[in-house]
Amino acid sequence: MTAGTSTAYHPAEPAGRYGFATVLHAEWTKYRTVRGWIIGMAVGALLVILLGLLASGGARSSCTAVSGNAAGTSAARSGAACGGSFAVGPGGEAVTDSFYFVRQPLAGNGSITVRVTSLTGLVPSSPRAANPGQRPGLVSWAKAGLIIKDGTSSGSPYAAMMVTADHGVRLQDDYTGDTPGLPGAVSAASPRWLRLTRSGDAVTGYDSADGLHWTRVGTVHLAGLPATVQAGLFTASPYDAMITENFGGGANGTGGPSQATAVFDHLTRSGTWPGSGWTGDYIGANQGPDTGSYHQAGGQFAVTGSGDIAPVPAGPSSPGNTVTIANRLVGTFAGLIAVIVVATMFITAEYRRKMIRTTLAASPRRGRMLAAKALVIGSVTFVAGLLAATIVVLGFAQLARSRAYVFPASGLTELRIIVGTAALLAAAAVLALAAGAVLRRSAAAVAAVIVAIVIPYILAEASVLPVSAADWLLRITPAAAFAIQQSVPQYPQVTALYSPNGGYYPLAPWAGLAVLAGYAALALGLAIVLIRRRDA
Amino acid sequence: MTRRDGYTALYAEWTKLRTVAGPAWLLAAAVVLTIAVSVAATAAVSCPPATACPVDPAKLSLTGVQAGQAVVAILAVLMISGEYSTGMIRVTLTAMPRRTTVLTAKAVILTGPVLAAGTVAVLGSVLGGRLILPGHGFTTARGFAPVSLADGPVLRAAAGTVLYLALIALLSLGIATAVREAAVAIGIILGLLYLFPIIANVVTNAHWQRHLQQIGPMNAGLAIQATTGLRSLPISPWAGLGVLAAWAGAALLAGGLLLRLRDA
Repeated sequence: MTAGTSTAYHPAEPAGRYGFATVLHAEWTKYRTVRGWIIGMAVGALLVILLGLLASGGARSSCTAVSGNAAGTSAARSGAACGGSFAVGPGGEAVTDSFYFVRQPLAGNGSITVRVTSLTGLVPSSPRAANPGQRPGLVSWAKAGLIIKDGTSSGSPYAAMMVTADHGVRLQDDYTGDTPGLPGAVSAASPRWLRLTRSGDAVTGYDSADGLHWTRVGTVHLAGLPATVQAGLFTASPYDAMITENFGGGANGTGGPSQATAVFDHLTRSGTWPGSGWTGDYIGANQGPDTGSYHQAGGQFAVTGSGDIAPVPAGPSSPGNTVTIANRLVGTFAGLIAVIVVATMFITAEYRRKMIRTTLAASPRRGRMLAAKALVIGSVTFVAGLLAATIVVLGFAQLARSRAYVFPASGLTELRIIVGTAALLAAAAVLALAAGAVLRRSAAAVAAVIVAIVIPYILAEASVLPVSAADWLLRITPAAAFAIQQSVPQYPQVTALYSPNGGYYPLAPWAGLAVLAGYAALALGLAIVLIRRRDA
Repeated sequence: MTRRDGYTALYAEWTKLRTVAGPAWLLAAAVVLTIAVSVAATAAVSCPPATACPVDPAKLSLTGVQAGQAVVAILAVLMISGEYSTGMIRVTLTAMPRRTTVLTAKAVILTGPVLAAGTVAVLGSVLGGRLILPGHGFTTARGFAPVSLADGPVLRAAAGTVLYLALIALLSLGIATAVREAAVAIGIILGLLYLFPIIANVVTNAHWQRHLQQIGPMNAGLAIQATTGLRSLPISPWAGLGVLAAWAGAALLAGGLLLRLRDA
C-alpha cells in the first residue's frame, strides 16, 4: 500500500474513499510476497515450456531436413524425409496429389470442353464381411473432370472443373480452393458439361447442363504458371475412411481404397496443343493405390482412377510424422493444474489463516475485494502464459520442423494461439479463484475446477465416446476453450476424422474460449453474491 | 508398537472420520459422480446396424471411475491436510507419538469406506451398462454378451476397479502426507492421474507412447477394466494394477518418512 492512502484513515469518511486502486495494490502485495505462489506460477509456465519441448522434438526421432525450395514455385517439395508420404502444395500445406491423368501439353492460352455422362465406382464392402472386398458404389468425394496443371510433379499448382459423387460440380484449385457449381449427381439422363479456359495466370471454369447455356463458376489465379501446361481429363477417388462409425480414439478406423470411373465425350479444344495424342498415367503413384486406366473409343473416353487431389488434414488420418501447434502446446494441461492450485489458494489461504477478517475489515466492500483478486491473479497468469506460449510456439518452431512435418499456420494464427492460450489460463485462474471463494475449501475447489476442465477433454479424446458425443462435451463444458489452440483448418472437401487429437474442435476458436470465460464470469458473480451474504 | 496402540490409533482415526459430515458426503458424491458419468457415457454410445463397433462394454460401463476417483482423492487428502490446516495434527501426534502408526491407521481406516463406496459405485455402473447397452445395438446376436458379473473378465474388471479406487485413495494419502498443503496435494495427484493419458496421446513416437501408458498410474491401473483386445493392451490388467500399487506404496513410503523426519 502506498503511504499516502493507507495511513490517513478517518472513521468519518465512507469506506468508498479507499478506491479500487488501493484494494488492487493490497491484493498485488499479498500475491507477490507469498513465495509459494510465485513458485507455483513459475512451475506452471515451466511445465508448459518443458512439455512443449518434449512435444516439439524431444519425443521424436530426428529426420533429415525437408528438401525443396521456397513456397509458390512449381517444384514439388516432399515431406517424405520426415516419414510423411505426402507432397507439399503451393501454400506450404501437406497435400495428397495422386490421380489418373489423361493429358496433352497446352502451349499458351487455350480452352478445353467436355461432357461427362457417368460416374461410377467401387468401394470397400462392409468390414464385418468375412472376406472384405469391393462392391459397387462411390465415396462422397469421388471426382472426375478437366484439369489444367503446372506439370506432372506432385504438389504442383492446378485448376480443375469436376463432377463429384455427392457434392455436384466443383471448381477446385491449388488443393485448398473449392467453389461449388451446378448441384446434383451426373447420369446419362442428366449429363454435365465442363469447360476450363486458360488466359495467362487466370483459369476460368464454366459448367452447363446442356452444352448451350454456360455459367461461369469462378476464376482462379495460379501464380507462376508456365507457358506450357499439362491439360486433360482426370479421375480420383479418395480412401474410404468410413468415419461415420469411428469411435473417439480414432485408432479403430476401418476402410480401404476405392476407385471411380467416369465416361466423357464431346471433347473439344481450342488453342495450341503441340502433342500428338493423349497420354494416360498415374500421378503421384508412390502416394496412393495406383489404380487407373483409360479407354478411348471413337469420341468417348472412360477414365478410371483412385487417390485424391486435396489437402491432408492433421490428426490420426494423416500419414507419417506430423505435428500441429496444438500438439506442441500439450503442456497447457499441466500448466493449467499449477495455475488452478495457485489461484484457489489465493483466496482459500485467507480463510485458512483467518486473514479474510483483516482483509474485509480493511476493505469492507467485499465484491470489490474479490474483483481485485480476480484482476491480480488473472493478469499474473496471463503474463506467465503469454511468456510460456511464446517460447513454445515461436522458440521451438525450428526444432519441431527439424523433427517432423509441421502444419503451417499464418503469423496471425500463431498470435491468436499465443494470446488465446494465455487468456485460457487466465480464465481458468479466475474460475478457480471463484470456486475457492464459493467452496472455501481448497481441496474441493481445486479438484472441482480440474475435473471440470480436464475430464471432458479426456473423455472426448482418449475414451470410447463416439465423435458426436465427444463434440458435445467440447461445446458445453469449460474444455471448449482448447478450441483456441486450433491451428489447422477443417477442409469440407476432405472426408476425415476431425478429432481434438489432431487439433480440431467443434467450436470456432474465440467461441470456445468464450465458453470458459462465461463459466468464469458466472462463477465470479456467484462468488461475489455469496461472499456478500455469508459471514467470513 | 504394542497391539493396543494399534487398536487405539485405528479407533481414534475411525472416530475422526465418522464424526465429521464431510467424509460421508464425499463418499456419497464419489458414488453419484461415478454412476452418473458411467451412465451418461454408456447412453451416448450406440452401435448402428451393419457396422463394426470396436467397444469394450465392461470398460465403457465403468467410464465414470475416471471422474469419481477425483472425489476419492479429495477424501484422502482431507484426512491428513485437514489436520494440518486446523492444527489438529499436533493433538494427534501428542496422543499417538508413533507417527508411522498414525499413518498406518489412517490408511486402514480410509481403505474400508472407499472399498465400500467403490463397490456401490461399480455395481451401479455395471447395472447401468447391463440395462442400457442392449438397447443401443450391443445385442447378443451381434456378439456382445450383456455385462454380467458371472462373466470372469467382467468380474475381474469390476472387482479390479474397486481395488483401483482404494489404491488411488492410498496414493493420495501418501502424497498429501508428504506435501501437507491440500491444494498442492490435490493438484499433484490429479496431474499425475490425468496428464499421462493426454501427453501419451500427443507423443507420436510409438515407443515413448507405450512407455507412458505403462507407467502412468491411471492408464496402467485402468487396464484392469479391459475385457476385449487384451493382447493389444500396453500392459496386462493385473500388471497394470500392480504399477498403480507401486505408485501408492512409494507415495505412502515417502509420506511416512517425511512425517517421521519433519516437525509437525
